[in-house]
Amino acid sequence: MKGFDLLAVLTHPQFSQMLLSGMKMTLIIALGSWMLAMSLGFILLVIRMLPFKPADQAVAGYVSYHRNVPTLVQLMLWYFGIANILPAGLQIWLGDHNGEAIFAIVGLGLCQAAYFSEDLRSGFRSIQPGQDEAARALGHSYLGAMAYVLLPQAFRHALPALINHTVSLFKNSSLAMAIGVAELTHAVKEVENLSFRVFEAYLIATVVYLACSLLLMAVGAWLSRDPASAEAS
Amino acid sequence: MSMLSNMITIIEDNWLLLLIGQYPNGPLGGIASTLILSVLGIVLAFPLSVLIALARLSQWKVLNWPATALVYIVRGVPLLMLILWVYFLVPLLIGDSVPGFVTMLCTLVIYEGAFLSEIVRGGIIALPSGQMDAARALGHSHVGAMRYVILPQALYNMMPSILSQFVSTIKETTLGYVINVPELTFAASQLNNRLLTKPFEIFAILAIVYFIVCWSLSEVANQLEQRIQKQRLGDDPSDAGALQPDAPKMQGAT
Repeated sequence: MKGFDLLAVLTHPQFSQMLLSGMKMTLIIALGSWMLAMSLGFILLVIRMLPFKPADQAVAGYVSYHRNVPTLVQLMLWYFGIANILPAGLQIWLGDHNGEAIFAIVGLGLCQAAYFSEDLRSGFRSIQPGQDEAARALGHSYLGAMAYVLLPQAFRHALPALINHTVSLFKNSSLAMAIGVAELTHAVKEVENLSFRVFEAYLIATVVYLACSLLLMAVGAWLSRDPASAEAS
Repeated sequence: MSMLSNMITIIEDNWLLLLIGQYPNGPLGGIASTLILSVLGIVLAFPLSVLIALARLSQWKVLNWPATALVYIVRGVPLLMLILWVYFLVPLLIGDSVPGFVTMLCTLVIYEGAFLSEIVRGGIIALPSGQMDAARALGHSHVGAMRYVILPQALYNMMPSILSQFVSTIKETTLGYVINVPELTFAASQLNNRLLTKPFEIFAILAIVYFIVCWSLSEVANQLEQRIQKQRLGDDPSDAGALQPDAPKMQGAT
């Protein structure tokens, strides 16, 4: 093993380039799947609130599948399985347009949507019952009451859980490596193979992941402590 | 429909591989290995997690700070990254190569130890403070009060959370696939490399098997939680943490 030298990796033009593009891909996957998960999470929640039993059961099934099947297996099912039964034209298009990353975003997003919708649902349960009736009495439609009165409150109640799951979503973006996405963990493995500087490469990735996670946790703690969100109920 | 019959054929032809891997001609794998890895992981992580939790609750900064740092580092870094570290460091430390199973087990113990410690810590904090005061008044030392009064009650209340954490552990063993640990996901991927033509069916089977195992265990955790909840509500509300099953233990200690 060579002596510890962080700069040998950081100042090397090829290695630093690989690490930077890996970080960029990690951010793209985390952000893309977060936006997909959050919007789908809201939609699932609204469907679940409808007074229609089969819709409720369908969403419950969706949530149960995504919570009880390992995320890595879900990604493999998307990338190796579902990709294979798509129409040929679509398969070729995906092959030309970084299909691994698209499947990673879709897979992680759909999985995390289940967690987000459950977080929001328990946020909903902690809203005082009168809020719904008051909003309807003031002339809001079902969707209007939802959008302007109930969802904002549910969101505030659900904030700590949402932040926790955002951190796990960010960490889970590393699973994309297993289906060949060139994100940070993947880049680190490549740098390690080329430079034989395992310790340095892992240390850089660990510090980057840790910094981002701690930042998210700190933002979450700060948001939860904000008196404006504490008085939501 | 043909997809379903394909899946049934695949299971009929390969159920042994999915169950125990290539054993006895190779290392134990398949779902047997997944379950053994998860059980060992959580059982070994448990004592570690109690120690971490007690250190985090301690007034002494020498104990408190390192434990807090450990928990935050493990919570902030992807499990995959932790696996790579253990894969790299353990052979360096003991000067010999280790099988993937052991690498994965070490990783799980550290990872689950940190996550379980948060559950244990939460369980201890949730107990009414009168419990500690009463135990101290009865002549227990701080350690004795923890050992005979606080921990037994806290652990009983935490059982559903620990079971949920066990389900998470089962799901996390899949990451061993990346370093070729022989377990269920690895077996399915081997099968996929051999058959080549039925990836959807194989990974659908894999998802279904995990679903059955994890869903049933989650249901057990839910039932348990409801029972404990009911028991707590049945108690005197001012004394919600004190539960009947622990009473003999408390008497035995005094």
